Order: sequence, then C-alpha cells, then structure tokens
Amino acid sequence: MIGWGALALLGATALGVVATTRGEHVNALWIVTAALCTYFIAYRFYGRFIATKVLGIDPGRPTPAVRRADGLDYVATDRRVLFGHHFAAIAGAGPLVGPVLAAQMGYLPGTLWILAGVVLAGAVQDFCVLFISMRRDGRSLGELVRMEMGVVPGIIALIGAFAIMVIILAVLALIVVRALAESPWGLFTVTMTIPLAILMGCYTRWLRPGRVGEVSVLGIIGLLAAIVLGGQVAASSWAPFFTLTPVQLCFALIGYGAVAALLPVWLLLAPRDYLSTFLKIGAIVALALGIAIMAPPLRMPALTPFIHGGGPVWSGTLFPFLFITIACGAVSGFHALIASGTTPKLIASEGDAPFIGYGAMLAESFVAIMALVGASILDPGLYFAMNSPAAIVGVTPDSAAAAVTAMGFPIDAATLVQTARDVGEHTVISRTGGAPTLAVAMAEIFSHVVGGPAMKAFWYHFAILFEALFILTAVDAGTRAGRFMLQDLLGLVSPRFRDGEAWGPGLVATFLCVGAWGFFLYQGVTDPLGGVNTLWPLFGISNQMLAAVALVLATVVLFRMKRARYAWVTTLPAAWLVACTGTAGFQKLFHPDPAIGFLAHASKFGAALAEGRVLAPAKSLDQMARVVMNDRIDAGLCALFLGVVAAIVIYGIRACIAANAVSTPTVTETPMTEAVA
Amino acid sequence: MSLFALIAETARSMVGVPSYAAYRAHMAEHHPDAAPMDQVAFFRDRQQARYGGKGGGRCC
Repeated sequence: MIGWGALALLGATALGVVATTRGEHVNALWIVTAALCTYFIAYRFYGRFIATKVLGIDPGRPTPAVRRADGLDYVATDRRVLFGHHFAAIAGAGPLVGPVLAAQMGYLPGTLWILAGVVLAGAVQDFCVLFISMRRDGRSLGELVRMEMGVVPGIIALIGAFAIMVIILAVLALIVVRALAESPWGLFTVTMTIPLAILMGCYTRWLRPGRVGEVSVLGIIGLLAAIVLGGQVAASSWAPFFTLTPVQLCFALIGYGAVAALLPVWLLLAPRDYLSTFLKIGAIVALALGIAIMAPPLRMPALTPFIHGGGPVWSGTLFPFLFITIACGAVSGFHALIASGTTPKLIASEGDAPFIGYGAMLAESFVAIMALVGASILDPGLYFAMNSPAAIVGVTPDSAAAAVTAMGFPIDAATLVQTARDVGEHTVISRTGGAPTLAVAMAEIFSHVVGGPAMKAFWYHFAILFEALFILTAVDAGTRAGRFMLQDLLGLVSPRFRDGEAWGPGLVATFLCVGAWGFFLYQGVTDPLGGVNTLWPLFGISNQMLAAVALVLATVVLFRMKRARYAWVTTLPAAWLVACTGTAGFQKLFHPDPAIGFLAHASKFGAALAEGRVLAPAKSLDQMARVVMNDRIDAGLCALFLGVVAAIVIYGIRACIAANAVSTPTVTETPMTEAVA
Repeated sequence: MSLFALIAETARSMVGVPSYAAYRAHMAEHHPDAAPMDQVAFFRDRQQARYGGKGGGRCC
C-alpha cells in the first residue's frame, strides 16, 4: 500500500508540473511519468473495482475457450500472449493521428483528455464489451445488441458500424494520400511493399508454408532496403514516375483497394499484415525508448489561443471538438468490434479479462500520449506550417512563414526549407493529416539516438512507411470486413446477398464498399481546405457514436443483471459521449459559421452559385456545385450518426426501465451449467 | 514457457496464427479418432479464417 501511495504522489506531482508550468519548456518525461502512474493506479483500483464489484467476474466460470474448445477458434490462451493479440488488433493509426491534430490547442487539453478518457470511458468500454461477449460465447457487437436490446437496435447498430467503417477507410486513405503526394521517396518505398508482400505470400504458400517469423525477417530486410533505394530513386531521373498529384494517388488507392480486396488473402493481405504488425509494434517500442533516452522538452505551449476556436488544423472550440478529435487513445468505439471478435473466444479464465480488456486499452492510450509528445516537441511554427491547409498558408516557404508567424508562432522561411531538406522532401508545407508531422518528430527522436542528422531522411521515410503500411493493410482488411457487413445488411432486403461465398454478391458488395469510401476520399482530396478538416471530425463523431452505443449496451446489461446500483460506471461515460457527439454533430450541421457548419457552408456557396459567382477556393461553377453537394452529403451523414445515437439511447432507456420492472435478472448469458462440450 | 517461446507465440498470435501444438493436444484429447490437419493445412485454414471472412476487423 505504501508503494501505491508513493506512485500516486509521483503521478500527482508529474501531472501538477505538466498542468501548471507556463512560459518555460516542460520536459516530455513529466507527461510520460504522469501517464504511467495514472495507468497503474487506474488498473489496480478502478479496473479491479469494475471486475469484482460492477461486473462480478467469476474466475471459476468456464469461458467460451474452455466450454467450446476446438483448438481453432476457441483456444484457452496464455494471458500474456492474448494481451499481445488484443493490443495488436486495437492499436492502429487512430491513436497516432488524433493526438497530433489535437496538438493545435497545446499539449495540455489533449493530455488531460487522453488520461481521463481512457480511465473512465475507453478502458471501461473495452472491458465491459469483452465481458459481455465472453459471457455469450464470443458473439459480435451487433448480435449482442440484438440479444439484449432487440432486433431493431441490432440493425441500427449494424448500419452505424458500416457507416463508421466507410468513414474510417476514407480518412485513413486520405492520410496516406497527404503523406505520399509529391513525395517520390515515400511513394516508391510504399509501392515496393506490394511486390515484396507478394513474394512473401508465395514463400509462405509454397516454399516454406507457415514460417511466419522467417518470412517476416526477410520482409523487413526488404523494407529497409526499399527505404534506402527510395532515396536514390528520388534523386534519379526516375523520380517523376513516382511523383503523383493527390488526385492521381486517390484513384490509384481506390483501384488498389478494389483489386486487393478480391485477391486471395495469402497472396497480399496476410504477408503485408505480418510486416505491418511487426513494424508497428517495433516502432511503438522504439518510440518509447527514444523518448526515454532523448528526454526532449515540449516546445508547443500548454495552451494555444485556438482553444476558443479558429484553429487552422480543424475548426471549432475545445468543447466538443477536442473530444472527438482524439478518439482512439481516449475512447474508441471501434474497439467494441474487436473486443467482441476473436479475443473473447481465446480467454482462458474470466480472471484474465481485466488485464486484457482494461489493460490493453491503457497500453493503446500510452501510444496516443507518445504521439502527442511527438507533435509537441516540434517547433510550433513548423507544426502549424505543416498542418495548415494550403488555402491558409500558401505553398511557398515565404508565404507559410509569414502566415504562421502572423498566427503568433514565429518561424522563418529558411527553417522550413532546411527541415524539408533534412528529411529528404521537396517541401513540408501543408503536409496535413498528421502522419508527416509525426514522421518528422520520429525522425527527430530516432536520429538523436541512432545515426545523427545524416540519418534523419532515412528515419522520416521509415516512419512514413510504417504509418502507410498499416493504413494500407487496414484499407484492404477493412474493405473485406465492410463487404461482409454490407452483405449482411443487404441480406435483410434480398436474402441472395447473404451467401458469403457466392461470386456475384461478393463482387457487388466489394465495389459498393470501395465506391463508398472512395467517394469520401475523392471529396477529401479535392477539398481545398485539405479534407482532413471535414473528414476527421466526421470520423471522430462516428467512432465516439459507436462507443456510446457500446456503453449503452453495457448499461442495459448491468440493469438486466440487477446490478443497476453500479450502472453509473457505464452511464457517466455514455452520457459524456452522447453530449460530445450530440453537440459536435449538431454544430457540424447547424453552426452559422461556414467553417464549422455544413449547411451554413452549403447555403453560402449555394447563394453565390445562384448568382453565378465563384467563391475561393473553388475555381469554377462546376466546382461550386460540387462543394454544395459534398456539404449536403456530409450533413446527411452527420444526421445519420445523430439518429443512430438518439435511437440507441431511447431503446437503451426503454430496456433499462423494462429490466427494472422485473425483480429477477433478465440477461441472456450462456448458462454456467450448460453441458461441457 | 521460456521467454523466447513466449515472445514467439505472442508474435504469431498478433498475426492470428494460433498454436499448432495446442490444436494437436486438443485433437488428441477430445477427438482421438479423427485425423488432425497437418501443420500446413492448419496454417492455411487459420489464415483463411483470419482474413477471408468476417473476423478481419482491425482498428483504425
């Protein structure tokens, strides 16, 4: 107990330093220390409280892995191994990008939300959904909502999950486009991963089947060679072949998505998943070590004037937009799909559930903290020059330096030129989307530890490759998953679509899915404000919406278990998320400022269009009409998300009232006494 | 489990390759009459299960 007291004191001191220091640079290790102390204490006390008191975890109760053991899908797995499995599935690009974007308000708001959000909302959600699925044979989120809340809410949750999938794929693809456009080095390196993965696929198929470790080592050697080669290609006469505009890259990605999702999985998807997973874990560990060794000071202020709105990276005020900009890392609804996927079928004992459900989410939160630290150690002038749309800072070093200096973050043009040269790029101006910023930060940290300034360009492209690689894997796997979700939904209307193996429906559903995210990607790429501005808030709203759905489900289950006295554990974060997504969604729809509200933007451009005027940044009446249509589609999507949340909340309240009226538990858990298979 | 074996198994589990030894143990214990898949068939079966169907979800 004395140890825990000391840990609490250390954490409180670190948080105090982070929160109150002004005017001088705080060392990044204070944030790291505050975060780690928070995690340990939250896991030991709040996690255990949820396990024993709220959910009533029973280590003696057989889990699906025990009752339905088949050696394939249901396997009792060592908790440490399963932690890795679960963490690898939940940690993606989200916790890396969101905090980088959120740094426009300073490091403090993001840090506090990541820590408070994960402890009280994110980890609670993951843990509860894992628990609910574990008690129901490892069923998926949609089925769980149907079992506990009814058929209609189940369908609503499925529609919500599909919509979020589309937006996630679009925004991830947009980040890749922003990172690789006009960057021959980056594009060559990432393109090389396709033949490399195919070679690996053939190796594991025919040459040495199943030797995953072996082929991954070979693959990673190939990747490093591709990075080195990329530098030479970019300096050679081949460079123009790998210098694509954003629109060209957009169509290349859409075509790639459609083809990749139809190829056999062993050929491209599986081997690239090996590469991206191991590279991701390696890069995360390296980043943690790098930050610990370098102990960099945070150059971003604790708070910037943009907390009141008007920021160039994304629009709107701190509440509600910070809380949807940082989704993954604080609370991510998408995890509800993972926690009700393979993990509940692999848990050996209910006693492992807090470690897997609550613990892995804390680890993901730590990734988000590192990303925030990365963005905050850069010169704020550089940060804003990189993350502001070209419509605001222009495209030349002089215009960018002048615009960013006018924002109150002085920087000179020479620094911008030198930074671009250091990392081997033509320009760093308006490289929005978060990935290039994080890559510059990682290059800074890694080159400090290994190689010095000469290695910066290598590390920059290593970081870009690592981000692009797992985004491409997510695009590929997500398109396949989206295809099955869509077939399930279309199957409700036309049963022919249900057949997962049939060729025709699969093709139709794949193209519909690619078309859906491709549409939003194209819209984002051609958006003069950079697209991240529009798509990231939509992504955040949809992700937090799904989290609200999952927490409402958990609340209903608690009521039906007759544990309503503990329902505040899930109700409070659910209410907070409903408030954030509701306010954000409402503002995105109806805010009078065209920079925030879709409808205000549509009517501003619509009015000008009616008079035949062209408003910047559109260049023709055609583009004007497209801007208006995009605004209306975005508004429709936003309204759909709000509708999903509202419907689920209403159904949830009804289910809770119904459960309260009955004096015995009404949950539909798999009975403990069912014969052991 | 030795540290190396633990790391290797965790790494395989991260990319959805479960333990073949655990599968053989299960088959030997519960289905001694059925012929188990060999290691290559097992690997292909699990690869298809992870990526080919509905279990392919991964986070943003």
